Parts: sequence; structure tokens; C-alpha cells
Amino acid sequence: MTSFLIRRLVYGALLMLGVVVLNFLLIRMAPGDPAVVIAGEMGGASEEMLAAIRQDYGLTEPLIVQLGIYLGNVLRGDLGQSFFFNQSVVSLIAQRIGPTILLVLSAQVLSIVIGTALGVLAARKPSGLLSGLVSVFATIGYAVPVFWTGIMLIILFASVLPVFPVEGMASIKLRDAPWIIRAADIAHHLVLPAFTLAIIYLAQYARLSRASMMEVLGADYIRTARAKGTPERTVLFHHALRNAALPILTVAGLQFGNLISGALLVETVFNWPGMGRLAFDSILRRDYPTIMGVLFFASAMVVVANILTDLSYRLADPRLRGGA
Amino acid sequence: MSYFMRAVKAAVLCATALTAPIAHADGGTLVIASTQVPRHLNGSVQSGLATGLPSTQIFASPLRYDETWEPQPYLAESWETSEDGLSVTLNLVEGATFHDGQPITSEDVAFSIMNTRDHHPFKSMFAPVETIDTPDAQTVVIHLSQPHPALLLALSPALAPVLPKHVFGDGQDPKSHPANSAPVGSGPFMLDEFTPGEAIVLKKNPNFFMEGRPKLDEIIVRIIKDSSALLIAMENGEADMYPFMAGSQEIRRLEKVDHLAITSEGYAGIGPINWLAFNTASPKLSDVRVRQAIAYAVDRGFITKALHRGVSKPQRGPIIESSPFFDETIPEYKVDLDKARALMAEAGFADGMELTVDYIPGPKEQQQTVAEYLKSQLKKIGIEVTVRAAPDFPTWAGRVGGHDFELTMDVVFNWGDPVIGVHRTYLSDNIRQGVIWSNTQSYSNARVDELLNAAAVEMDEAKRAELYAEFQQIVATDVPVYWINALPYHTAYDKRLQNVPNGIWGTLHPMDMVSWGE
Repeated sequence: MTSFLIRRLVYGALLMLGVVVLNFLLIRMAPGDPAVVIAGEMGGASEEMLAAIRQDYGLTEPLIVQLGIYLGNVLRGDLGQSFFFNQSVVSLIAQRIGPTILLVLSAQVLSIVIGTALGVLAARKPSGLLSGLVSVFATIGYAVPVFWTGIMLIILFASVLPVFPVEGMASIKLRDAPWIIRAADIAHHLVLPAFTLAIIYLAQYARLSRASMMEVLGADYIRTARAKGTPERTVLFHHALRNAALPILTVAGLQFGNLISGALLVETVFNWPGMGRLAFDSILRRDYPTIMGVLFFASAMVVVANILTDLSYRLADPRLRGGA
Repeated sequence: MSYFMRAVKAAVLCATALTAPIAHADGGTLVIASTQVPRHLNGSVQSGLATGLPSTQIFASPLRYDETWEPQPYLAESWETSEDGLSVTLNLVEGATFHDGQPITSEDVAFSIMNTRDHHPFKSMFAPVETIDTPDAQTVVIHLSQPHPALLLALSPALAPVLPKHVFGDGQDPKSHPANSAPVGSGPFMLDEFTPGEAIVLKKNPNFFMEGRPKLDEIIVRIIKDSSALLIAMENGEADMYPFMAGSQEIRRLEKVDHLAITSEGYAGIGPINWLAFNTASPKLSDVRVRQAIAYAVDRGFITKALHRGVSKPQRGPIIESSPFFDETIPEYKVDLDKARALMAEAGFADGMELTVDYIPGPKEQQQTVAEYLKSQLKKIGIEVTVRAAPDFPTWAGRVGGHDFELTMDVVFNWGDPVIGVHRTYLSDNIRQGVIWSNTQSYSNARVDELLNAAAVEMDEAKRAELYAEFQQIVATDVPVYWINALPYHTAYDKRLQNVPNGIWGTLHPMDMVSWGE
């Protein structure tokens, strides 16, 4: 188990190194000069000012030297200064990683719980009305782009049924309210973005758990359990779902990366103050260090999520515990 | 789930109901919504509306301006320009302190003006400032290399924030000084919290040197980049003020909201002009007759009345029409397609030509829509226009700064005095490769250079107006730029707000008199 963990951590670290190098090169290949953006934001600039900005931000060095410097800094935990904001990338990300994790985890939990529940219910009667509805819902949910869902929900809840706030993470006027009110306020703001982000994955989990449950429900031990007179609920949730949950667990780990990229769109649509929106804005501003920093953290989150999935998979499935 | 959500909603509504009136009774909170993202909060080293709005609340300046273009006392209680125009003396108020309690002295003012001169992108504001003497703590004497009529305007809150020398003068690079994001200021509001790209929270400065001000307890600038989300926040009272609103749909939509008032006042100083610039170095556009033909073919009235739904005002010349220097009598090029075709033929383009128009990425209605209108309109005089979109600002800036364009839509600000915002577009010594908002038109006219250089040092207001009048006549004939409209900036605000700033700098002005009425 320990050697497995060490091996996974080493792979993870190598993967991160690859991610950093690739991101660095890809971003520098994009056209556009950050010095011009900064000068533009400042209200125009002279050649001297442009040259000074390029000098200040180390943009005059050859690319490979810039990469070397960057890697050295990353190893020391320094992700650099944002080109755009007068702040370090670490501090910018520190302000935003919380909201992103909150959004992504909420969406993950929502999609797994509701998706699995729908799938289990549908699997009980594979040709029934509910099963059909779940299939239709799953197909639609999977097919519609997440930003479209977001915009439709905004239209619905902004004008037709103004029950949920459609932008931001908290009401600014409640910032001095007691924490319980602020927590409720954040939960209230979280509903639409979390649901929007969850909907694609919710559909997938519903399909997956339906298929997986149908397979398991046909197994001999389920028939035996039913023959013994075990209550149907126990059969479904205790005997069947435990086994059917293994593929769900695998997919949940793999989907984590997709959820983070989905968060970029959802955060942009709902003005959610997370890393995704920071990444989106930073790309438009050619703020290389910030883009790199966000990608670094996002990749780290995915790598960690995958390692955790592998571990939990081994815990959940006794067959995997012995060998590699 | 639904029960939970109802409970949450009820709790939030309760909290809103409970906190709102309490907050408003004692000074209260003003929430300003903005799409503009400031890099930091120090207007001494950064131009623009995004930084200007918080910077003018955090920092005081020597002078301030109301709607009459006349300077008013601020940190300087009086001021005097010498006979020869070569020195200006400021007498500072006594007892003013920075947010950390240190006194504001002449040393700080001198340091700040020099800092702005050396590090602000608008070089012309303080370029003639040679030295500054501080004979005592309350007296500042600015020595100039030449008379500088724009100086007093450049001492405005938006352009000359007074910084604490003991914080900013520590030898670090002023452009990336950490205090730019966490400033110790001198103005009516103090920084409480700054989340880049999200929000700026400002609290009342209880020791502000102007008695009884500010009225508000708190100003929060909320950055909402998505304008539809911003409009919803204005409609449901999450935000109380929305400055720099330029979209006709936005303006028309908020006009219908009962609790909001809308004004177009407060933007004369910024003087935002939306225009079509010509690359006069291009062989197709070097002939003035081609440029005039295009001017005769375009219908400014159609753009402002139809495309902008009547929210924007036509702009006929290089100086914003709301400025005292604007010359009413310049040619305005009323639509005349026959004349336009004749001019094209005279210039040797009777068979027409092909042109590409770029546009600065920004509000679609001001830029892209107009560019597309040009395509159909110029076809009538034989010009085949290709509209070339830029995916983002750097791409556009690269093309225009690199003089790799034929026509481009652009928005350029006057910034109060022509010396600051107008000269840069027309002076031939400001034709500089790689620099946007310089003379990217490559326009060169010796008489224009002469007039602008004379106006830059003419202290007599009337004589200066004459120089600018002649300048405007010449450029309106040469049309290096076809001016279209003043960007229709509007401010929407809660009707209960009192004294919403409507001077020449609008919300780039200390909001120390703004308060909540009944």
C-alpha cells in the first residue's frame, strides 16, 4: 500500500512537471504581447515604457531561460507576480481557490447523489416510465453545453421566478451580518451555479448507475437475497449498490478534471469569484504568470483527486488490496 | 430540498430587511457596480476609469472641479500663478492627515507631483514641471520650464493623487509598489479590503480634513464583468450606482426602473470620443479627398439616432463638444453621396477601392455595429469594406500600434485639457511605432504642430481658444480622423441618493457629499 502510494506520488510529480512545461510553451505560443496590454490598461505608453515593462517582467530573456527561471521559482513555491494585478499569483489564487473548491465539490456531491439515486430507481424497472424519463433527461443533460444551461437558468430565475440570485457568491450588503446568515446567503447563491455544473455529470451518473445496477441486479446473489426475503430497500442499497458503486467511484475521480474545466464556464456565467473566472480573464489579458498559476493549481487538484480515487477504489474493492 | 431553500431564502430576506435600514440610517453604504477591473488603486501611476474611481476616493488632490470647469479648493485652500506663468504656488490647508495619522505636508505634495510626472502614462500633464520648492510645510511652489495652462486641471483628483511620501517614497518601483494595492491615502475614504477583480471596500475616513464629510460610512465597488448580471443587480437593489454605462439597451432598460435615476452628466472631463481613424500613410488614404469622401458618405446622425437609439451625442471634432474649447463652426460633413463620389473620382478612385476596417474590442454597439454599418454605407461610393475583428485587445493594439491597419474604430479620451488628451493624436512628433493612442494615423501638418505647441504654453484663455479654433478647422478639413460620437456614458443611481457627482469628472471625483436621503 505504501509503495503504491509512493509510486503514485512520484508519477503525480512527474505529471505536474510535464503540465508546467507544456503550459508554459503553449501559452507563449499564443499571439499577443502582455506589455501592450499593460500599457493599454495604463492609458497608452511610449517605447521606453514598453521596453521597461518587458524588462520588468523578464520578457526580454530567451524563452528557454524564462522557462528555467520559472521552474526554479515554482520549486521554491513562488508562482511569480501577476502581470496585470499588482499582486503575487499565489495571493490571487488564495483568494479564489476556496470558492472554486466549494463550487466543484458541491456539484460533485449533487451529481453523484442525485444521479445515482435516479439511476437506481430507473434500474428497478428498466422498461418503466421513470427509466425512460431518466434516459431522456440524461441524454439532454449530457448534450446541452453548460454555459447554455447557465444562461437559461439565469433567464428563468432572473425574470420569471426570481427566487435565486443569479450572480456572485454573496450579497455584498450582508458582509457584516452574523456568520450563519452569510453562510445561508452563500448557500443561496450556490444553488444555480452548482446545479448548472452538476447537470452534465448528474446525467452521466444516472446512466452509469442505471447500467451498473441493472447488471448487478441480475446477479445470482441478488436473487438469493430476494429469495431469503430481504426487504427490497436493503437489496437495492445494501447489496446491489455497493457493488454497482465501483464504476461510479472510478468515473467520479476521472470526472474531477472535467468538473474543474466546467467550473471555468460556470464561474464566468454566474460571476462566481473563483479560479476559473480568474483564468478566463487572465487569458484575455495575457497575464502569463496568473494563467500558469491557475493551471498549476487546477492540475494539482486533478492529480490529487486521481490519487485519492485510486486509494478509495482499493479500499472499496477488497480484490485490489493485495497486489499492485 | 425545497424546504431548505425556502428556509435559506427566508433567512436571507430577513437579514436583508434587518440590515438594510440600519445601514442606511447612519451614513449608510453605497454599492457601486462596475464592469471595469482596476489593476490597483493608485491613480498616480495608472490612468483609466477603473483605477480612477477608487483612487479619487482614497486620495485627495490639490484641487477639485465642479461642473463649471473652474478649480475649487481641496488640499490647496488657495493657489496663484505667477505673472510670467512659470511658477504656481499652492497654499495647503492646515491639519490635514493621511489615513495613518501622519500630517499631509508640502513635501508629500511635491513628491506626489514628481511621482506622477515620472511614472504616469500621460507625460504631457506635468512634463513642464522642473522643480518643486517647499519653503514651509503648507506651501508648494511649482517651477515650470514653460507656461503650462493645463497644470491646474492636471491637479484634479483623477490625475494628481497626493500620496504619503513616507510610504511610497521608500525607493521601491512606484509602478509595482505593494502599497498601490493597499494604499495609505489622504482622501475621504480609506481602503478596508481589496479583492482584485471582485470588490473594493472603502470605509469612511473619520479624520478627513473637510469638516462634516464624508457623509457615507462605506463605499463598496463591486466588479461585475457580465453586464446583464450587473443590470439585474441594479434592478433588484443589490447595487446602488452604475457609472460608465454606455450601452443603449442598458440605458433604456434601467430608465424603466422606478427606483433608479439616469444621468449623462459628469463625463465632460473624460471627454470620450468614438471615432474612425485613417492610416494616412496608406496609399489609398493619403489623399485627403478620399478621407473627405468617406466623411461625406457616413451619416453621423444615423449612427447616433438609430444605431445608438438616441443615447449618444454626435461629435464633430477632436475636442469634445462639451468642452469650452470646442469650435462650433467646423465643417460637419452632412451626408452627400454625390459629392463623396465626385471626390473619389477626383482622387483617381472612380472605380472604387477595397479597404479594411478594424475596431477596438469593446461595446459592440459603439464599435462592431458601426464598422458593419460602414461596410454597407461606403459600398454606395464604391468602397468595398472588409470588417476585420480582433479576438482581444492585444491583437487590435498590435495592429494599430504597429500601423498595420487602414481604418479603425477607436475610443479616445480627452482627459479634460486638450494638452493631455487631444494633442497626442495630431502632433507629428508623436507618430510612434508600437504605441497605441499616439498619432497612429501618421498625420502630419506643420501648421497644426505650430498651433498645438503654441496652445500648450498660452496662458490667456481667449487666445488659447483661438489657437484651438484654428487647429480644429484644419483637422476637420484634413480629416485624419472622422469623429463620430461622444461615448454615451451614463450613470444610473438609486433616486434616494443625494449629491451624486455631476461635475466634469463625474464619479472620478471624491464622493464626500454623497448621502442617502429619504
